[in-house]
Amino acid sequence: MSDAIATYDPAVDAPRAHHPVYDYDSGPPVERGKFAIWLFLATEVMFFTGLIGAYVILRSGTAAWPNPENRLAVFLTAINTFVLIISSWTMVRALFAAQRGDRGGILMWLGLTIFFGSAFVSVQVYEYFELVKHGSLPNVDIFWSTFYIMTGFHGSHVVVGVIWLVCAWFKALRGGYSERNYLGIELAGLYWHFVDLVWVLLFTIVYLF
Amino acid sequence: MNPPPSAEPAPLGLAPEGTVHVHHEHHEIGFIRKYIFSTDHKVIGMQFMFTGLIFLVLGGLLAMAIRWQLAFPWQEMPVIGRLLFPETGRVVSPEYYTMLFTMHGTVMIFFVIIPLLTGAFGNFLIPLMIGAPDMAFPKLNMMGYWAMLPAIFFLMLGFGAEGGGPAAGWTAYPPLSTITSAAPGSASAQTYWLLALTWVGVSSMMGAVNYVTTIAKMRAPGMTLYRMPLSIWGLGVAAILQLFALPVLTAAGFMQLFDRVLHTGFFTPTNLVVNNVGVDYAVANPETATAAGGHPLLWQHLFWFYSHPAVYIMVVPAMGFASDIIAVHARKPIFGYKPMVYSIAGIAGLGFIVWGHHMFTSGMNPTVGMVFMVSTIMIALPSAIKVFNWLGTLWGARIRFTTPMLYALAFVSMFIIGGLSGIWMAATPVDVYIHDTYIVVAHFHYVVFAGSVFAILAAIYHWFPKMFGRMMNETLGKIHFFGTFIFTNGVFYMMHQLGIAGLMRRTADPYSYEIYAHLQPLNEAISYCAFALFAWQIFFVINFFHSLFWGRRVGRNPWQATTLEWQAPSPPGHGNFDHQLEVHRGPYEYSGPEVEEDYLPQTRKL
Repeated sequence: MSDAIATYDPAVDAPRAHHPVYDYDSGPPVERGKFAIWLFLATEVMFFTGLIGAYVILRSGTAAWPNPENRLAVFLTAINTFVLIISSWTMVRALFAAQRGDRGGILMWLGLTIFFGSAFVSVQVYEYFELVKHGSLPNVDIFWSTFYIMTGFHGSHVVVGVIWLVCAWFKALRGGYSERNYLGIELAGLYWHFVDLVWVLLFTIVYLF
Repeated sequence: MNPPPSAEPAPLGLAPEGTVHVHHEHHEIGFIRKYIFSTDHKVIGMQFMFTGLIFLVLGGLLAMAIRWQLAFPWQEMPVIGRLLFPETGRVVSPEYYTMLFTMHGTVMIFFVIIPLLTGAFGNFLIPLMIGAPDMAFPKLNMMGYWAMLPAIFFLMLGFGAEGGGPAAGWTAYPPLSTITSAAPGSASAQTYWLLALTWVGVSSMMGAVNYVTTIAKMRAPGMTLYRMPLSIWGLGVAAILQLFALPVLTAAGFMQLFDRVLHTGFFTPTNLVVNNVGVDYAVANPETATAAGGHPLLWQHLFWFYSHPAVYIMVVPAMGFASDIIAVHARKPIFGYKPMVYSIAGIAGLGFIVWGHHMFTSGMNPTVGMVFMVSTIMIALPSAIKVFNWLGTLWGARIRFTTPMLYALAFVSMFIIGGLSGIWMAATPVDVYIHDTYIVVAHFHYVVFAGSVFAILAAIYHWFPKMFGRMMNETLGKIHFFGTFIFTNGVFYMMHQLGIAGLMRRTADPYSYEIYAHLQPLNEAISYCAFALFAWQIFFVINFFHSLFWGRRVGRNPWQATTLEWQAPSPPGHGNFDHQLEVHRGPYEYSGPEVEEDYLPQTRKL
C-alpha cells in the first residue's frame, strides 16, 4: 500500500518563503461581523422561543391562569415598555450620527440610549423588589416561575446591551468611529433592537393577556 | 505548525473583504501564545482533539465499569474496586451504576464526539479545505475552546459531589432530575451537570457562528458552494443545526437549573410526592417548597428538540469525512455529488421535526406519535441516497485499502446496520415493544460508535499526515482496525438479541428478574468483547504517539488527493497556504482522462 503514498520531496513539499495576500470568492454581501451577529441573533431567537414556547404550553395546561392585572404593575411596565421603544429610536439616531461622522451626535444619542436602557432595568429591579417583598417568589406557583425566568433573562440581555453600549460610547469618545467605520455601532444597534423586540413580545404575552 | 523560515512580511490573515492589508507576521510567538492561548485554527483543532481523545478514554473506562457490573453483578471489581468503592465492599452499588451510564453518555456525547467532530476536525479542516488562512474570528475561536474549561471543571465537580455524581441519565428526565431529594445523584451533582452542559453549549455556539461565517465569507476564489468538499458541507450543516437547536436546550437547561435552585415548577407536576413527602408549595415548607403545575413531558420535548438534531450533528460531519476519504482512496469521483449535498440538507431539515420518536411511550398523544413516526421514516430516504451513492462510488473502483479507507468502509457498513434498526424502531407499534430495551442501546451505538467514532478514526488516520507531516504506521493501523471492527460488532451486535428478549436498559441487576436470568452468559460474552475492544486501542495509542515523533515524513499530498488542504505544506504554517489558491473545479476529480495522473487537484489550471 505504501507505494500509493507519495514520498517527501523538498523541492515541492518544503514551505515556500513567499506568502500571498489572500483573496476570497464572493460571499453574501454583508460584512463578516454583521453576518455573524445575525447568526448570533438567530440563536437568541431560538433561546427565547424555548422560553416562550414553554410558557405557552404551561399556561395552556393550567386551568385557571391568574389575571396578570391582579398580580403585576401593568401601567408602570407599559411606561417602561415605552421607554425601551424610545431607546430603539435613539439608537437609530446614534447610527445616523455615526454615518455622518458626527462624534458629538454619537455621544449624545448613544448616551440617551444608555440612559433609557438603564432606566428600564432600574424600573424592573424596583418591580422585582416590590414583588419579593410581597412574597411573590418564583417557587410560589407556575405563574411566578414563568414570569421570573422570562423577564429575568430579558433583563439580563438589556444589562449586557447597556454594557456593550457603554463600551461603544467610550470608543466614540476616543474618536473610534467615522463615516467609513461605524460597524461597531451598527452591530450593537442590531442587538439592541432585538432585545427591544423581544420585550414587546414578552410584555404582550406576560402582562397584557 | 512551524512557521516557515522567512523574515519577509506576510501572509495575511484576516483582511476585511474588499481591502488588501499586508501586515507583518509575528514569527516570535512564545510557547504559551502558540500552543496554549493560540488563535490558530489548527492548534485549536488539536487542542479539541487531544481533549476529546482523553475524554474518550474516560468515557471508555466508565463503559468498562458498566460492562463489569452487567457481566458479573455484585462481584468485587478487581484492582480499582478497592480504590473506588471501599465502603460497599469493592462492588458497584446501584446508585453508582446509575451514575456510570449517566456519565458515560454525557462524556461521550458532549465531551468526545461533538468536540472531536466539530471542535477538532471542524476547526482543522474548514479553513484548509476552503482555502482560507484562518477562521473568520480567531479570538472567538480561541474562546470557544476555553469555554470547554469550565465545562470540564463542572463535569469533574459532578463526579466528586455528594451522592456520587449525576445519576438521572444523560437525558436528565424530571422529576428525578429536578427534585433534589429524589435520589442521591439528584443532589448538587445534577446542578454541576447542568452547568457543564451550559458551558459546552456556549463553546459549541461560538464555534458554530465562526464556522458558518468562515464558510460563507472566506472561500478561495473559484470555490463556489458546489465545489466544496462534502466534509465542509457536513460541518457547515452541523453548525447550522447547532445554531438553531442548541439554544433551546440551553433554555431548558436553565429551567431545570431554576427548578432545582430556585424551586420553580416548570417540570414539576401538581401534587407530586417524592419519598413520601409532598413537594408542592401548598403543602410543604414555603422556603424549600416547589411551585407546581409544570409538565415533566415539557422537558422531554425541549430536550429532544435539541438532542435529536444533536444526533445529526454527530453523524452529518462523519458522513462528510467518509465521503471525502472514500473518494480519495477509491480513486473515483463521488457518485452523485449534488444529491449527497441535498441529502445532507434533507437529513438536517427533517432532523428538526422528528424529536418525538424518542417519546412514543412517554404518554404523549398517540396521534402526535403517528406524525413523528412518518417524519422519522422519511429520513430513511436521504440516508439511503447517501448509502447508495457511497456504494456507487466504490463500484468498479481500484480501491486502496489503507487504514483510513478501511475505517470509512466500516463506517458505511455499520451505518447501514444502525440506520436499518432506526427505521423499524421509528415505527410506533414496534417501538412500544422494544422501547428502553437493549435494542435501543445497540441501535445508537451502531450509529454513534461504529458510525461517528469510526469516521473520526478514519479522519485521524487520513489527515494525520497533514496535521503533523508524518504518516501513521499502516501495519499497526490495520491491526487496530481489524480488532476494533470485530470487537465492536461483538459488543453491539448481540445487544439486538438482548433487546428482542426484552432486557431493559439502565438496570444495575436485570438478572434479579427471573425471566432475564438466562441472559447473563450472553452479557458476559459481550463484556469480554468490550474489555478486548478497550484494550485493543493500545495499538492506536502506540501508533499515534510513535508516528507523531518517528513516523515517515511526507510531503504536501501523500494520498494524491485533490482538495485544497493537500496544497498546503505538511504541517501547514501559520496562515496555512504559501501561495494564492484559485479553484477551477469540483473536489472529486479522480481517474479522469484530462491528465496523466489519476487525480486532478482543484487548483490546477488546465
